[in-house]
Amino acid sequence: MKKFTAVLLASALVFACAGCGSKGGDTDAKSEGVMTYDEYMAAELDSEVVIETYVQAKQAWWEDKATVYTQDKDGAYFVYNMTCSEADYDKLKPGTKIKVTGYKAEWSGEVEIAEGATFEIEDGNYVAEALDVTSLLASDELINHQNKFVSFKGMTVEAAGQDENGNDVAFLYNWDGSGQDGDDLYFNVSLDGNTYTFTVESYLCDNSTDVYAAVKNLNIGDKIDMEGFLYWYEGVNPHITSVKAAK
Amino acid sequence: MSMRSFSAFKKSVIYSAVLVLICCMLLLTGCHGRVGLSAFEIPEEFDTSREYEITFWAKNDTNKTQTAIYEKAIKDFEALYPNVTVNLRLYTDYGKIYNDVITNIATNTTPNVCITYPDHIATYLTGTNLVVPLEGLFADEKYGLGGSMLQFESPAAGEIIPQFLEECSFDGHYYALPYMRSTEACYINKTYVENLGYTLPDTLTWDFVWEVSEAAMEKDADDNFVVNGQKVMIPFIYKSTDNMMIQMLRQQNAGYSTDAGDILLFNDTTENILYTVAEHAKSGAFSTFKISSYPANFLNAGQCIFAIDSTAGATWMGTDAPLSDISEDKLVRFETEVMTIPQFDAANPRMISQGPSVCIFNKEDPQEVMASWLFTQYLLTNDVQIAYAETEGYVPVTSKAQDSSQYQDYLSRGGEDNTLYYDVKIKAAKLLLNNVEHTFVTPVFVGSASLRDAAGQLIENTVKSVRRGQTVDGEYMERLYDDMKALYRLDQIGMSNSRASSEKEELGKLPGTSVILLLSLAAVWILIIVYVLIQTVKKRKNQ
Repeated sequence: MKKFTAVLLASALVFACAGCGSKGGDTDAKSEGVMTYDEYMAAELDSEVVIETYVQAKQAWWEDKATVYTQDKDGAYFVYNMTCSEADYDKLKPGTKIKVTGYKAEWSGEVEIAEGATFEIEDGNYVAEALDVTSLLASDELINHQNKFVSFKGMTVEAAGQDENGNDVAFLYNWDGSGQDGDDLYFNVSLDGNTYTFTVESYLCDNSTDVYAAVKNLNIGDKIDMEGFLYWYEGVNPHITSVKAAK
Repeated sequence: MSMRSFSAFKKSVIYSAVLVLICCMLLLTGCHGRVGLSAFEIPEEFDTSREYEITFWAKNDTNKTQTAIYEKAIKDFEALYPNVTVNLRLYTDYGKIYNDVITNIATNTTPNVCITYPDHIATYLTGTNLVVPLEGLFADEKYGLGGSMLQFESPAAGEIIPQFLEECSFDGHYYALPYMRSTEACYINKTYVENLGYTLPDTLTWDFVWEVSEAAMEKDADDNFVVNGQKVMIPFIYKSTDNMMIQMLRQQNAGYSTDAGDILLFNDTTENILYTVAEHAKSGAFSTFKISSYPANFLNAGQCIFAIDSTAGATWMGTDAPLSDISEDKLVRFETEVMTIPQFDAANPRMISQGPSVCIFNKEDPQEVMASWLFTQYLLTNDVQIAYAETEGYVPVTSKAQDSSQYQDYLSRGGEDNTLYYDVKIKAAKLLLNNVEHTFVTPVFVGSASLRDAAGQLIENTVKSVRRGQTVDGEYMERLYDDMKALYRLDQIGMSNSRASSEKEELGKLPGTSVILLLSLAAVWILIIVYVLIQTVKKRKNQ
């Protein structure tokens, strides 16, 4: 009886551990007819693609179109304006598994699934940990992580531009300072002598979010750690979701 | 009173009660959306003893200088009218303004003054007295255009370029004032055109653009394009495909819509245009902003030869453009030419007139509307007109500003620097000034904004389909037409085109407060009826 109990407990432990392997569900296996991330990346632009992926963040919904940042354990997929009812949009949470059918496209360097893709919600859940890409910022390897949830550590805030009095400022509303509260925030951060422009995308993180407030409180010279999605627009242009003082 | 007659009385009370209830409900239901604001009436005097706070929703081209000009205009206006406060809300997209106005109509929180397109105003007009007709205000002796009581030098009605003013007239009224005007221009890498063995004609034609674009597709043994030595070349990119379709149709005198709102877009000429587009999309010689990205980015990187965009996008075009989204190392040096958009008939060029107009939303307080009107009119003063026009390839909408020595001096100094006097920008402005009589606008009616979207989407879908290896033939066109009609509800536009019917259709669901009110009324009446019934039963028992 003791042996039986021991075996039973051990089995339970094994199954329980297996269950803990990811934040939920098996993220490896793809359904039939679904591409792996490598197959997706190898697919030609304008070709049809079918992927299974996990929602990491929702950017916007408008008139039955939704834009979402998604990722599986191998790579990330930006899905632009997929067909989506408001009710379905509400069902999409960080980690929700979706199967997306659409066409691969590239817009100003951003590889994405083009407008008009369709999707269905599947069983499964996975929320990606932020991948530290700080050391890759100046390298050609960075683009291999396009759209992933990433982190940047120990970067220094630089002047983003000047205000109307000619004083340096740490952030701008819109890329040139033409906007106002509620618009995208642009700020510059440097590392090893290189300066990069990062963005708080206002549809992804509006002016009620912590990150929006944090960027508005930045000072030139601050050392900060950040997290966000490795978006591309004519070069790397991360959409930042978290800003904290560097540890 | 006998039992029978008492019962009949009670019945009649109950019937009356139910009837009244139904009538109330019907009345209230009928009221929804129909009882709007009273029509605006011009007050005798603008009451300067009172304070007014108005909101101004403005559009800029993501241009810091434009924002600064709006802010300065507000500051200067407030100095003249210290009792008026103007709150600025900035947008960079006409579509977003439109969506927000629609949302705010429902909550009665529209802005006071709003930059907009006439197509959008047509939709706003489905609300009763929502947008202020301006002709009465134009002519008002004291506060109208050039009025005697104004605190600033306003243009007279005759000093607004008549064609621009007419663009704001529809449904028998003037519902807006023009603010700035632009058209589209073709920004050309002249260096590459000549390297390909061509010379730019006096007037650009579609045949020429397609021919040069196809010639630019030649590749060398290393799979680089011969013309630029790069892996990327899209010779012809169009920013606004709705304009592309509309202008191609107009240049061929083909149907788009009637003034009354009949849809003529889905015709044989349209189909032929789409076949041409498909042919050049297939070779890779043509693409669009929505599919590839901003024409300026490709043009400045030497990856595009013909970039068609608004004259209001001129500061992004060319090697020395003051604004750029691409990094220095990607910039390629070339000579930029600015020409009118390609034409089918070079002797009779036609191009669209576009640009922001300003409308005023009605409010319960006519004095508040007067404050809005004064501010709107202030936007037409020379200071604002000239300063804003100089930020891009816009032109002022008044002859007063256009003819001023300040503006003429500005125009004469093209190329002196790459900022205020950037030559591409000034060439773009001159292009419109020299072609005002060749510009046109499309009819405005409820649904005209959707028709415009559909016109562009026909091209976008065709290009996408070709790139995705799909067959574009007669069957495809039939399906595409059906899809567009359904997507943009174009088959319903004819029905909704009269003001009365459109009002009815736009009513939508009852607001929550109305539902609660109606339910409360119903509950009260039910309680009354129950009370009467109980009393009746009690009396019967007592008897």
